[in-house]
Amino acid sequence: MISNKKTISVLAKEGKRLDGRGLLDYRQPIQLETGISWTAEGSAKVQIGETVVMAGVKLSLEKPYNDTPDQGGIMINVELTPLSSPEHERGPPGIKAIELARVTDRGIREAKAIDMKKLCVTPGEKAWFVIVDIVTINDAGSLYDAASLATLAALKAARFPVVDEATGAINYKEKTEVSLPLLKEPLAVTVYKINGKLFVDPSSQEEHSYDARLTVAADEKGTISAMQKGGDAPLTIDEVGKMVDIAMDKTKFLREQLDKFVK
Amino acid sequence: MAYTERIDGRKFDELRPMEAKAGVIPNADGSALVKAGKTTAYAAVYGPRELFPRFKQNPKTGIVRCHYGMMPFSGSGERIRPGNSRRSQEIAMVMEKSLNAMIDLSAFPNAVVDIYVDLPQTDAGTRCAAISAASIALADAGIPMKDMISSVAVGEVDGTVVADLSYDEEAYDAIVSDIPVAMTHNTKEITLLQMDGEISKENLMKALEMAKVGTETVYELQMKALKDKFSRSD
Repeated sequence: MISNKKTISVLAKEGKRLDGRGLLDYRQPIQLETGISWTAEGSAKVQIGETVVMAGVKLSLEKPYNDTPDQGGIMINVELTPLSSPEHERGPPGIKAIELARVTDRGIREAKAIDMKKLCVTPGEKAWFVIVDIVTINDAGSLYDAASLATLAALKAARFPVVDEATGAINYKEKTEVSLPLLKEPLAVTVYKINGKLFVDPSSQEEHSYDARLTVAADEKGTISAMQKGGDAPLTIDEVGKMVDIAMDKTKFLREQLDKFVK
Repeated sequence: MAYTERIDGRKFDELRPMEAKAGVIPNADGSALVKAGKTTAYAAVYGPRELFPRFKQNPKTGIVRCHYGMMPFSGSGERIRPGNSRRSQEIAMVMEKSLNAMIDLSAFPNAVVDIYVDLPQTDAGTRCAAISAASIALADAGIPMKDMISSVAVGEVDGTVVADLSYDEEAYDAIVSDIPVAMTHNTKEITLLQMDGEISKENLMKALEMAKVGTETVYELQMKALKDKFSRSD
């Protein structure tokens, strides 16, 4: 892809962007839809500008890990599909997909957003495991924010499938009314730095031009549950403070968007 | 004939409610979304572009490559592991064959046209939805085509010939056959034909006639999707 790196950098200094947005403006429209896949226990589609991602939750009953015999588990996986961008190739997840998946995972896991003990059915034997798959439909930048929003929306929309009491088998075709034991609702926002200026919601071109980025996941009370610095340039302590402030402010904004579409 | 009324109340030759839209993935050169009942397929076309590795290039013509993938949460049972399976590779191959004959890439030597299909939810008929979506996406991308390809499954459920089987019909506790078919619009030639189950020659011919009518319905929807997209932009 051809990126106007230099122009983006020069414009940033003046507080401007290629598409005319302010540095802290999200692209429009921001749209959310849940229940986009009847086969998933919970699902959501998120659109931010031209970026579209889907998240689907599958639940399964597994043996708990040895060190946490009274708990279920969660796994978050990302597929950067070649369907969604000429830059993504087929094959096993590359480092971009792995980092995105792990950072999104930590935002939920480390906040202890899901009550893992409530996922346990029989200690040491059987517990619910939550697998979230995030799939890109059109990658036009800002995947961190979109993935986090889609994940939370899908988790909120998820309902347990019916379990046959006699055999213990899961009937995936029938859902109960029971939702996941969500204790908190963490959302992640990534703040980018170009030429000394901070901004959010990068377009594809801006994703190719930034100097550094910082992802901050925070719950509704403002407790930070995960962070990740990316990019080659360093950040000052002062910059980190500013980036966290921006991220906090924007998680509030994204939370309002989420609440508009998902009850 | 025990199957006198379809599980979802459709007429025997009636397709599931269908939706088609062109141009749903802005990054792609052409794209489409097809919904057939509770099956949803996204298709994106990239190319013609240079083909790597080089030894796969054909100096006489461009080639078509299909990729088919069910999203991990798109099966009605357990999560599906991402990545290629034997099934997905076979479907990609038959998709390629069903589209290839109608695509003319002689003007693009050494090039490739990649078609990616991903499905967020499935309820039988995924390869048909995939082919119908791919065909719209190819036209949307402006790839030279001799004809449109439309696809639908037909088959027999307990003695009755029906069109566009749902999963419940495929799993019906009786003799069932499932025949995915793709057809060209102008010449009514068959470019995809698979079948599993049991069927008599007589009913097979009946089913194929039904496929002719069914694919025509799909064709109209595909054309509408394309017209909707291109009339919007003028």
